[in-house]
Amino acid sequence: MRTEDKIGGVPAPFGSPVAVEPMSMLPTFETEPTPRSQWQLFRRRFLRHRLAVIGAVVLILLIVLCFGATYFAPYPKNHQDLLLGPTSPSREHLMGTDQLGRDTLTEILYAGQISLKIGLAVALLSTVGGTIVGAAAGYFGRITDQLLMRFTDLFLVVPAIAVLAVALKYFSSSAFDQTTVIIFVLAGLGWMYIARVVRGQVLSLKEKEFVEAARAAGGSSPRIIFRHILPNCIGPILVNATLSIAAAIVTESTLSFLGFGVQPPTTSWGNMLASAEGNYNQNTHLLYFPGLMILLTVLCVNFLGDGLRDAFDPQHKH
Amino acid sequence: MLTYAIRRVLYSIPVVLIASFLLFWGVRETFDPTARLAASKDPQVQVRERQRLGLDDSIFVQYTEWLKGAVHGDFGQSSASREDVSTMISSAMGNTLQLIIIGAVVSAAIAIGVGVYSAVRQYSKLDYLFTGLSYIGIAMPPFWFGLLLIEFFVVQNRWFLSVGLHTGDGSGFNLDYLRHLALPVATLCVQIVASWSRYQRASMLDALGADYVRTARAKGVPRRKVIFKHALRNSLIPFVTVVALDFGALFGGLIITENIFAIGGMGRLFYNAILVGDVYVVEAWMVIVAVIIIFFNLLADLLYGVLDPRIRLS
Repeated sequence: MRTEDKIGGVPAPFGSPVAVEPMSMLPTFETEPTPRSQWQLFRRRFLRHRLAVIGAVVLILLIVLCFGATYFAPYPKNHQDLLLGPTSPSREHLMGTDQLGRDTLTEILYAGQISLKIGLAVALLSTVGGTIVGAAAGYFGRITDQLLMRFTDLFLVVPAIAVLAVALKYFSSSAFDQTTVIIFVLAGLGWMYIARVVRGQVLSLKEKEFVEAARAAGGSSPRIIFRHILPNCIGPILVNATLSIAAAIVTESTLSFLGFGVQPPTTSWGNMLASAEGNYNQNTHLLYFPGLMILLTVLCVNFLGDGLRDAFDPQHKH
Repeated sequence: MLTYAIRRVLYSIPVVLIASFLLFWGVRETFDPTARLAASKDPQVQVRERQRLGLDDSIFVQYTEWLKGAVHGDFGQSSASREDVSTMISSAMGNTLQLIIIGAVVSAAIAIGVGVYSAVRQYSKLDYLFTGLSYIGIAMPPFWFGLLLIEFFVVQNRWFLSVGLHTGDGSGFNLDYLRHLALPVATLCVQIVASWSRYQRASMLDALGADYVRTARAKGVPRRKVIFKHALRNSLIPFVTVVALDFGALFGGLIITENIFAIGGMGRLFYNAILVGDVYVVEAWMVIVAVIIIFFNLLADLLYGVLDPRIRLS
């Protein structure tokens, strides 16, 4: 049962409650029973989840193509051909060209650098932050828990768009570049869900005997948290990290589309769509491809998350 | 249960207050509502305007002034249009409520239908199709979905309309209204339908696997009656709470939907306000949305307790 509040300017994507059915766990008969390590078990279960494997491969491919755009892109970045103008997909330009005659595929790969960078960095930062807050709240309990959870609620109430508008304007003249500002704002508004998940996990794990044993052996609180408790919640943390990559990519594209995210001349998939809006009649390919890239990326990330969930927690239903 | 509800509400009041103060502060720091007067010949114009708006007071004094008005239902004056914020909101609320209520009802109906079918015919072709569609619906940015809808159904086919909720000064519930309403509602609800249908499927599968369903079948109750009377009813208990929880998320989606389809509602009001740093409108939006979301979260918890008496809230 989900009981998290969802408050904020932009809805959290609904990745969390949905999972593919766990693959049927067929018993495997070995001639010689060799004990398997946790990692081997995990890898077997993950590799059996076909969609997750495909998702992971496509995702890695996308990352390589976008960040290696200097090598893979068919044309140089921002290479204009004003005489050519907007054209539909053709052999020379697989995804067509835009109003300035720039190759769309090239632009998409370079824009992907920004979109993926924001997605991955936000997921990393918010996962680390959320894990620390959640672990502290769950482990120390009492007043620490109360304060940290009220603090979490506070962040859920503030609308993301307003924070981003204020932050971008406030830092516009400073040394920080806008991508960094966006990353920190989105991470600052995205850690709450992970914090709640980790808190829940820690609350139940800290009652276990091995924690008691560690405490009896004289382990300090940070040691117990980082060495004994957190390694046992690695599954939920990783699953939620993938979900927050998806959330960050969609949020970034939405905010950029509305004009509160990545600003031209820097391009991301979101603001490519913003500039495609309004010329529906002739250049529909400009509307399709950036959106398809977002869809593809988020789908792959979600499949990956499902695979991880099933691999870490084979008993998990639905 | 009443004490639980009261405690939840009491806890959320300081949270909303602090959040609204931080937002007030941030917007005041970054946006100067008198900036356009700086170019006027008489420098006194800007000084007088600053005095009139109370901008020279400390941020705490300004916030307390606003808060005093807000608890009496006076949300101040828009610094962009000089209109009363309360008036602006009450006229924007109409369109927004139409979108949200119709959207939620249609979404719930579709999600229940799809979810029940997928659960009853688990692993059928249609079940796989619905599963695939829900994955796409969840992964797709809703604003892109909205743009695609406009491309296919307005530009290429002219079946639906994409500006406002009525043509010209029209009003009332008619074909024109429905042609305007269809695409924004679809944009607003695409994610929620996808996620709710998965949820209803899972919950229906749980119900179908329960002992009481087997008992009902064993004593000879017809299959149809078991599905609709025993399983469906019980599967709706968790579903109802999810609907209540996600209801607030629809308000976030309004900003996108109302912008793409040029509908003058709460989302557009907020969007235009944040563009120019119209602090009173931004504050009013935040407080109203927060109150609505807190109310529905509370409702979700209480409903769960009422519908399933085994659950005790503490």
